[in-house]
Amino acid sequence: MARYIIKRLVYAVLTLFVLITLVFFMMRMLPGDPFLGEKAISPTALANMNAKYGLDKPVFIQYLMYMGNCLTGDLGMSITYNRPVMEIVSESFLVSADLGTRALIFAVIAGILLGAIAAIKRGTVWDSLSMFIAMIGVSVPSFILGAVLQYFLGLQLRKVFGVNIFPIQGWGTFKHTLLPAFALGLGSLATVSRLMRTSMLDVLSSDYIKTARSKGLSQRQILWRHALRNAVMPVVTIMGPTVASVLTGTFVIESIFNIPGLGKYFVTSIKDLDYTMIGGTVVFYGALLIVCTLVVDLLYGLIDPRVKLED
Amino acid sequence: MEHIDKSRFAHVGESAHDREAIARPSLTFTQDAMRRLSKNKVAIVCVVLIVLLSLMSAFAPMFSPFDYREQHYGHTNAPMFSVCDDESSEGYGHMHLFGTDTLGRDLYTRIWMGGRVSLIIAVTTAIVDLIVGCIYGGISGYFGGTLDIIMMRLLEIINGIPYLIIVILLMMVLEPGMMTIIIAYSTVGWIPMARLVRGQVVALKQQEYIAAAEAMGASPARIIAKHLLPNTLSVVIVRVTLAIPNAIFSEAYLSYIGLGIPLPKCSWGSLAQLGIQNFRMYPWQLLIPAICISLTMLAFNMFGDGLRDAFDPKLRR
Repeated sequence: MARYIIKRLVYAVLTLFVLITLVFFMMRMLPGDPFLGEKAISPTALANMNAKYGLDKPVFIQYLMYMGNCLTGDLGMSITYNRPVMEIVSESFLVSADLGTRALIFAVIAGILLGAIAAIKRGTVWDSLSMFIAMIGVSVPSFILGAVLQYFLGLQLRKVFGVNIFPIQGWGTFKHTLLPAFALGLGSLATVSRLMRTSMLDVLSSDYIKTARSKGLSQRQILWRHALRNAVMPVVTIMGPTVASVLTGTFVIESIFNIPGLGKYFVTSIKDLDYTMIGGTVVFYGALLIVCTLVVDLLYGLIDPRVKLED
Repeated sequence: MEHIDKSRFAHVGESAHDREAIARPSLTFTQDAMRRLSKNKVAIVCVVLIVLLSLMSAFAPMFSPFDYREQHYGHTNAPMFSVCDDESSEGYGHMHLFGTDTLGRDLYTRIWMGGRVSLIIAVTTAIVDLIVGCIYGGISGYFGGTLDIIMMRLLEIINGIPYLIIVILLMMVLEPGMMTIIIAYSTVGWIPMARLVRGQVVALKQQEYIAAAEAMGASPARIIAKHLLPNTLSVVIVRVTLAIPNAIFSEAYLSYIGLGIPLPKCSWGSLAQLGIQNFRMYPWQLLIPAICISLTMLAFNMFGDGLRDAFDPKLRR
């Protein structure tokens, strides 16, 4: 176990290293210039600006500086906002994390229930209905779903009832989180429920369920005590990718619902060619995902000791 | 009691020929899979849908009276089924089936032009993934040892970085366009395929026929290409079918954050993005591309599921 953890940590560090290197050199290759604006800048001012942001040094030195700064949590100054990137990231990330967690909780709980119901009531209307919802979740990209929900549940419902049941813009109250979290979570819900259904069907046809039934346990006890617990295991393995897809989804969902999160800053910084902001966001986001996957994988080993972690 | 003729109990003797006769025509693995697939109604409907969408994308723009770039300033944001009233236009008097967009461009033509771009991107990336993944996975799996360890470690490291980040970075560096999307997506898209092929190859290379091929002096390249890869085909095909909706999604996602196909060209993703900007007033501008994206993804997903069931009936639920 200790060996596995060390191995995974080494990988995570290596991946992070590659990520930062990649981001740094990509940023250098980008077309355009951050100081290129409507107004012409005098050569002296330009030289001063370059010196201020360290752009006058050799690329290799810049690279080492960048790497060192990243490791100490200094992601540079945003060129358009003129504030440290880390400051913007840490502010806006809280909003993204809030939204992401809600979506994730919704996706996992609803997905597990939906998948379990589909498996228990296999072949009935419930099964078809759950799998239909899952198929929608797989096939409709989250940002399209978000926009469609805004139109039908936000605008049309307000026209009918005259009250704003589902606000379609902004952030702050619980009501504001409903639509974005749903749009964000449905895709993952679909993956979870499909996997859950398969694994629940496996478990339900296994011998120990037969034993439990033959010794006279009630259906409820069988399902809650024996079936569900074992069937949930495979779902835990895909939690890493699920966290990743939810976090990726926040980028577009935030700009659709006008939520002041990390994703919204990211999308605008691409349009503004804000080098440091893009780089900083990507490094932060990549590091976050690497850590999340690592934690999930290690947790899986703790929850189910039968899993051979060396694989 | 009915009289039974004695002759009916006579011994007719053995015919070796009849006993060994094949009662039913023997089916190859592929034929068997195709037979199972053709019984799966959902999968067939999905195939029809995919063919239909592809045919429309290929031919509808050719027969449309409007060009996908043609703008009608007097007829912007027209509703569905409105008739073109621009006398200077070639399509005067024809109907805008899906209405027009903010610049008065015919959405029907644009949808199918966008379909071309989206489908070409999806299929090409899937094929590139297939080729690169098969070669990488095949080599890594067949040779094993240190080479395998190095190749897999490399893959592990690249895989740790979320692919959209790499794609976004590449898209920003390279010139925007269809090729860029294909290149950017292909740089990371082959990784799951390579892992899958490697896993299969590692299991297959223990088989006797590989040992036989080696004994007869077949080169590694020949063994991988002729003996190992064809046997992984069923798993690989399913994976390719399921990779296509992912590529369509990625293209739409990139278009949405402003890194897609440059105007005036369009894809389903960029049409959806334009639609989202004014869907409050003209919802169909979003709904039509949205339906196209979703239908295509749905069809490929369901078809992929059908293929998997056909190739491996044990997995069927």
